[in-house]
Amino acid sequence: MSRIEAITAAVPAAVAADSLGQAVVRVPRESLPAVAAAARDAGFTMFLDLCAVDYLTRDPRFEVVVHLLAMDPPERVRLLAGVPGDDPIAPSITGVFAGADFYEREAFDLFGIGFSGHPDLTRLLLPDDWQGHPLRKDSPVGSVPVVFKAASDRTHETSVGSPSSGHHEPETAT
Amino acid sequence: MSKPPHVVTGDLEAPADTQQAKSTDIAAGQSERRSVHEVWVSGTEAPDEMRRFTDEGAQEMLADESEAVLAGQRGSIVVDDYIPGRESPEDEIQILNMGPQHPATHGVLRLHLELDGETIRRVKPIIGYLHTGMEKTAEALSFLQGPTNVTRMDYLSPLHNELCFSLATERLLGIEVPERANAIRVMMTELNRVASHLLWSATTGLDIGALSMMIYGWRERELVLAFFEKTTGLRMNHNYIRPGGVAADLPDGWEEDVAGIITGVRAGLRDYEDLLLDNPIFLERTKGVGVLAPEEIHAFGITGPLARASGIGYDVRRAFPYSGIEQYDFDVPVFDGGDVYDRFLVRFEEIRQSLRIVEQVKGAMPRGDYRSEDRKVTPPPRARIDQSMEALIHHFKIFTEGFKVPAGETYQAVESARGELGMYLVSDGGAKPWRLHVRGPSFAHVQALPAMLTDSLIADTIAALASADPVMGDVDR
Repeated sequence: MSRIEAITAAVPAAVAADSLGQAVVRVPRESLPAVAAAARDAGFTMFLDLCAVDYLTRDPRFEVVVHLLAMDPPERVRLLAGVPGDDPIAPSITGVFAGADFYEREAFDLFGIGFSGHPDLTRLLLPDDWQGHPLRKDSPVGSVPVVFKAASDRTHETSVGSPSSGHHEPETAT
Repeated sequence: MSKPPHVVTGDLEAPADTQQAKSTDIAAGQSERRSVHEVWVSGTEAPDEMRRFTDEGAQEMLADESEAVLAGQRGSIVVDDYIPGRESPEDEIQILNMGPQHPATHGVLRLHLELDGETIRRVKPIIGYLHTGMEKTAEALSFLQGPTNVTRMDYLSPLHNELCFSLATERLLGIEVPERANAIRVMMTELNRVASHLLWSATTGLDIGALSMMIYGWRERELVLAFFEKTTGLRMNHNYIRPGGVAADLPDGWEEDVAGIITGVRAGLRDYEDLLLDNPIFLERTKGVGVLAPEEIHAFGITGPLARASGIGYDVRRAFPYSGIEQYDFDVPVFDGGDVYDRFLVRFEEIRQSLRIVEQVKGAMPRGDYRSEDRKVTPPPRARIDQSMEALIHHFKIFTEGFKVPAGETYQAVESARGELGMYLVSDGGAKPWRLHVRGPSFAHVQALPAMLTDSLIADTIAALASADPVMGDVDR
């Protein structure tokens, strides 16, 4: 029994396919951790990559793509799980592969896909206060609003009412 | 200490004790001083006010007066391998931010370290300082322009990035490139590996105190970069390997240049090994430092020299050969120690093996075209444009709208200097990628830093981090 067959035998919901000569296993999103565990047990012990793709007009809109690697003999497998656009949540596979941590955070950051069960799902590459998810197809290039400091009253506001500041000067010298 | 005989304080000549008395009400005192004298001289603020903001309280020399600590401070006992227990109270944990502007972080990486004395208890790598949205940019560039974008990601092995993108595009297009193009690609990427490993040896040597290694490493790398400049026009960000082949043929006299690189780097390698591998200080800084176990290699997806120093003999060139690299003889060095020292051994040996491949390519360089003659993908020669209407149309189409790539998705990996560089390329049938995801080896390696550094000494951070060889352009993209 080949390794791919071992995966589909362990999780019947997983469907093996072929994409330009590369082995692909399509899985429903809720069984992604189960399939990842089955793949690991079948010999795909090395976690290589996790990313997301936004197909925008397709249903389901998003796709979570996982690449795994087996050694001796070397073999790759790609796990594809569709994630709907109105409920962008997929289960985390960090419990199976610890290395998925940063990759899931990156997909959350850039696509807004939540990974349930992730221990620390925060933004990875963008600042914490960033609005939106730039790798989504409906987030156009160059739409980031730029705020210039001179145009705001922030500096004035912060200097008032901060008695703990060491450089606080009396307001008036009357 | 005697007082200076005369102190000039400007126009304000108030006796010191008068000011002390006034300082109970600071605001009132200041406003009074100003209203009376209308001159305010710096340094004459009420002293209590200054102290309130700068004083840190009485400094205790010895907070812990237990016998062991006192003996250690007196030097009557030698504390060797001092590792305090895990049950240290919370207030003894010190948080240190290393980076993002620390010179030893090799770019803008921030390490959030929780220290218990000299021992690291927790590490959190914080990345994103170099994020420029290159995966988004790739969706706005045509497949022909793609290499200019990806070459800037891992800027120390740019040719591997270009090769990976080109191979992925060619797989979607279903075209083959000529033999000569493949041989040039193999030779250039192996030379790039040599240059990258030389730079790594130089900077890592510098980080752990071997300053001469830095000078030697840069010296030999210069030979390779000079050849790159001659061939591609640039020392980095070459845009040389493109879908369909390479941008230009090798320059006249390239055999002599490559032969010079091979002799020069081989001679240099012997110097480095003499310089470093038996040096007691170097051994002390690298042996048993930053160890990664084989299970951690698998879990974190660590590839390249780091995996091969931990006993995992995985090499993309062997497992999934590309560009005809399987025709050449080379060994994949594997060591078992998993520490910084073995990473040096692996990389030195890889330089040798890469030179071996380059020598074989040089000896058997095929003749013929250096890029595909498929006019839908590669532009026609300049002279043909003046003679053929069809050539003019092809030229115009390629450089305005680009060539269309059939819909589909593919994952392509090459062995870059740092490990498996993978690209997941999705096309919707247009002239621009629908999605390009780059699996950078440095990204996985930075993520594994906690596994390397937890419970080690803070001085080892530098050596372990440098041995991972992270390129932040590859991590943040």
